[in-house]
Amino acid sequence: MPSFTMGNLVFIVPEIIVAGIAMAVLLLDLFVRPERKYLLGYFSLAGLGAAAYQTWLLSGTQAVGFSGMFVLDGYATFFKFIFYIAAALAILISINYLKLEKIEKGEYYGLVLFATCGMMIMASGFDLISIYLGLELMALSVYILAGFMRKSLRSNEAALKYFLLGAFSSGILLYGIAITFGVTGTTNLSEIAAFIGAGVYSRPALILAMILLVAGFGFKVAAVPFHMWAPDVYEGAPTSVTAFMSVGPKAAGFAAFLRVFTVAFPAIQPDWTLIISALAILSMLIGNVVAISQTNIKRMLAYSSIAHAGYALVGFVAAGPEGVSSVMLYLLIYTFMNVGAFGMVIMLRRSGVSGENIEDFAGLSKKNKMAALVMLVFMFSLAGIPPTAGFVGKFYIFMAALNAGFLWLAVISVIMSVVSAFFYLRVVLVMYMKEPETETELSTSFPIKLAMAVAVYAVLYIGMDPHRVLDLAVSSVAGLL
Amino acid sequence: MTGYLMNNLGYPILSLVTFLPLFGAVGILLHVRKSDNVPRWMALATSGVTFLVSLPLYTHFDRGTHDMQFVETRPWIPAWNVNYTVGVDGISVLLVLLTTLLSFICVISSWKAIQTKVKEYMIALLLLETGMIGVFVSLDLFLFYIFWEAMLIPMFLLIIIWGGPRKMYAGLKFFLYTLAGSVLMLLGIIALYHEGGRTFEIVKLMGQNYPMEFQFWVFLAFFVAFAIKVPMFPFHTWLPDAHVEAPTAGSVILAGVLLKMGTYGFLRFNLPMFPAATMHFAPMVLILSVVAIIYGALVAMIQKDLKKLIAYSSVSHMGFVTLGIFAFNVQGLEGGILQMLNHGVTTGALFLCVGIIYERTHTRMIADYGGLTKVLPVYAVLFMIFTLSSLGLPGMNGFVGEFLILLGAFTSQRVYAVIGTTGIILGAAYMLWMYQRVMFMELKPKNQSLTDLSWREAVTLLPLAALVFWIGIFPNPLLGILHQTVNHLLEQVNGAQMTASAAGLFKF
Repeated sequence: MPSFTMGNLVFIVPEIIVAGIAMAVLLLDLFVRPERKYLLGYFSLAGLGAAAYQTWLLSGTQAVGFSGMFVLDGYATFFKFIFYIAAALAILISINYLKLEKIEKGEYYGLVLFATCGMMIMASGFDLISIYLGLELMALSVYILAGFMRKSLRSNEAALKYFLLGAFSSGILLYGIAITFGVTGTTNLSEIAAFIGAGVYSRPALILAMILLVAGFGFKVAAVPFHMWAPDVYEGAPTSVTAFMSVGPKAAGFAAFLRVFTVAFPAIQPDWTLIISALAILSMLIGNVVAISQTNIKRMLAYSSIAHAGYALVGFVAAGPEGVSSVMLYLLIYTFMNVGAFGMVIMLRRSGVSGENIEDFAGLSKKNKMAALVMLVFMFSLAGIPPTAGFVGKFYIFMAALNAGFLWLAVISVIMSVVSAFFYLRVVLVMYMKEPETETELSTSFPIKLAMAVAVYAVLYIGMDPHRVLDLAVSSVAGLL
Repeated sequence: MTGYLMNNLGYPILSLVTFLPLFGAVGILLHVRKSDNVPRWMALATSGVTFLVSLPLYTHFDRGTHDMQFVETRPWIPAWNVNYTVGVDGISVLLVLLTTLLSFICVISSWKAIQTKVKEYMIALLLLETGMIGVFVSLDLFLFYIFWEAMLIPMFLLIIIWGGPRKMYAGLKFFLYTLAGSVLMLLGIIALYHEGGRTFEIVKLMGQNYPMEFQFWVFLAFFVAFAIKVPMFPFHTWLPDAHVEAPTAGSVILAGVLLKMGTYGFLRFNLPMFPAATMHFAPMVLILSVVAIIYGALVAMIQKDLKKLIAYSSVSHMGFVTLGIFAFNVQGLEGGILQMLNHGVTTGALFLCVGIIYERTHTRMIADYGGLTKVLPVYAVLFMIFTLSSLGLPGMNGFVGEFLILLGAFTSQRVYAVIGTTGIILGAAYMLWMYQRVMFMELKPKNQSLTDLSWREAVTLLPLAALVFWIGIFPNPLLGILHQTVNHLLEQVNGAQMTASAAGLFKF
């Protein structure tokens, strides 16, 4: 086991940059005048760009550092790009929104960056301890972000709920880690696998540990039955935070979840397959069915995000290189389309209108044809209709599931995606068929328009010519398995 | 590359036909000036040029082979072995031509009928055209599925934005019904991909001997998707709603082209890929066809709404098509395919006719009309032609198709043919009764001032009337195009029947 050397620092240059920029934002915040806070947003974007560039430079390297705690591989790199995209889009859609909600504070961008840094550590963590550290860094930052509208009751409630339940779930996760350590005597993923592979271990204890880990990670990815927090928190948190939360931390949760289970617990795969398929089925069922009856679009998207976690779990169950890469591709695609959908909700937020009810979309096609069209693309993509990226993502997951022999899981997921079409299309119906109720214009600004343009372009591009991202996802799992 | 005749026209004709409407749509999208006429003219030009460009498919079609023709292929998603492969055989070439013609006519017919959001309407219509042509020319299952589903979006928008009072219900029902069918087919496609050696190539997937159990399930997955689209008997309930609420052009496309995708799917996938399962399910399909023929006709008879009447007559007519296809002989299949075209021409024209008077009176109720021959003589003549064509009068297209279907069914499935024939009698009854109530009898005072066809409206109907007589009197050029393809299809189906019955799989 190599001990720490300065050379190891090279592997974490992107993390250092993100954390450094986050702290710099906090410091600079003192010197930036209140009406110029948006500059900090652009500064954070530049930081993310620099980190992404460093990750790009490191993308060829396969390395394990920090005594086996931290790993650099294609898998981590792919996820880190998802996080950069999620954070960058979230910052772009925040800049104008924070002004509107009068919560324009520099800490906001700092916290987004800290959360991103935590997520990156989760993706690269190769030890239950380092994964847990990353997870807590992410979670603590997001708790604060959820309550960022200090004067709003709903936002406070969301933060408190998220914090309490999140703390519970972290506790459960820690239990799982502790029992795993008790059984195997190590927290390093490959050593755990080696110990289990040797065959001398207490099976009930290990199964218990595995179940506790499922519960802990299940909470982070908002899978049923660990989803209770999601609708309230998604609804109460500032919309830009909801957008970020629904893609970044979810993807990070999956990154750690997948790595822990495929690397450390391949020996008990039949056991976790069973539990995770149950989670997948329940998430798709409850997420999609409950979403139908929602009138608040943030709640609807919360249930939809539960359902999408279910689809991703189907790919997880399929496992193997195909299953894992299908989840990765799906999360990348989901990032674009979901941030896009939330971005539209933000654009509807303007003085006097909350923009959170589905009815607020009424007549959007009359007021702003382009915005309606863009929302249409996101809705069809979330429903998984070609030629959008959502279809490509789902197709790959179904393909992986069928290939691995999970026919019933695939059947349930396709039926549920028909159910989901119902509530996504309802938004389209409202936009195109109802008369507008208010005359005010949309609150657009350059950054949010840029974010929307990027997201819609990505959704259509990946939908029509998926081979580049697909190849990336396929080649990225090579080092993992 | 067996089974392919590469395109040797010197230009990619199929890609051109498929994507010209898409480029037209983008062109209209980029046009920002606030005039409704520019999008109209652009759409007209695009669909007109597309129709002209598609004509060489007919003149240069090689009738001596069953291979796919005008084939273009290039890799698309190598990781999944997905290729962009397009090509046509005898069946699909006719459907492509029907699509380009009807789309062109639809643009003309919408000239005045659509006054709101003209730009968006024309874009949707052109996107729909690309989707429909794409479905017929795709020789890669993945590509096929993309077009198959993508096409739903513009059709859905056509119904929900420019539709009638219950458009929300009708649009959602249409979309969800079709989607529910297609997602199961998607699983079938993926299963086929694995079983057939990780390929989406339709031609390669055809010639393989899949195990019976596999055929059974995948046949069902494909069958439900196509049966919903046709629509066959228990899956038909979305059709009347969609037709009634859709704008005229939507109805024309729906009846003329979309329904054909279902039967096209049977011919392209179910029969050649799962011949053993096809044989197994044939009795069920035949029963459903006969039920559709009789049930559709009976329900059509009691309709008060013209569009609903024609919608139910479609159910009945498409029953004839499936009856012919599942008769498994040359006459039945050729009749079935010809009847697909006939139904596209005739029913499309009938919907145009309804649209024309609807624009004048804003009612589709039969009871609101009567005696229209007095004020609309030209219209009455054309309407008469399509009515007679629909009920299968000799000398017109409907007769040839139905005759061949019944001839084929009579040789192989006598009982079904006999029952099916009563559908023709019922067809004559409801069509003529409808014509009588609309065109003869008392002229209502409020209809006194109706004006006859404008030149624009005549232009939409005359080519279809010409087709009615052309197919009715000289069906041979079209049957000649079908002949090799149908024979090959029969070889694929019957060959499997032989091997399967030799193995003792079938005990009827």
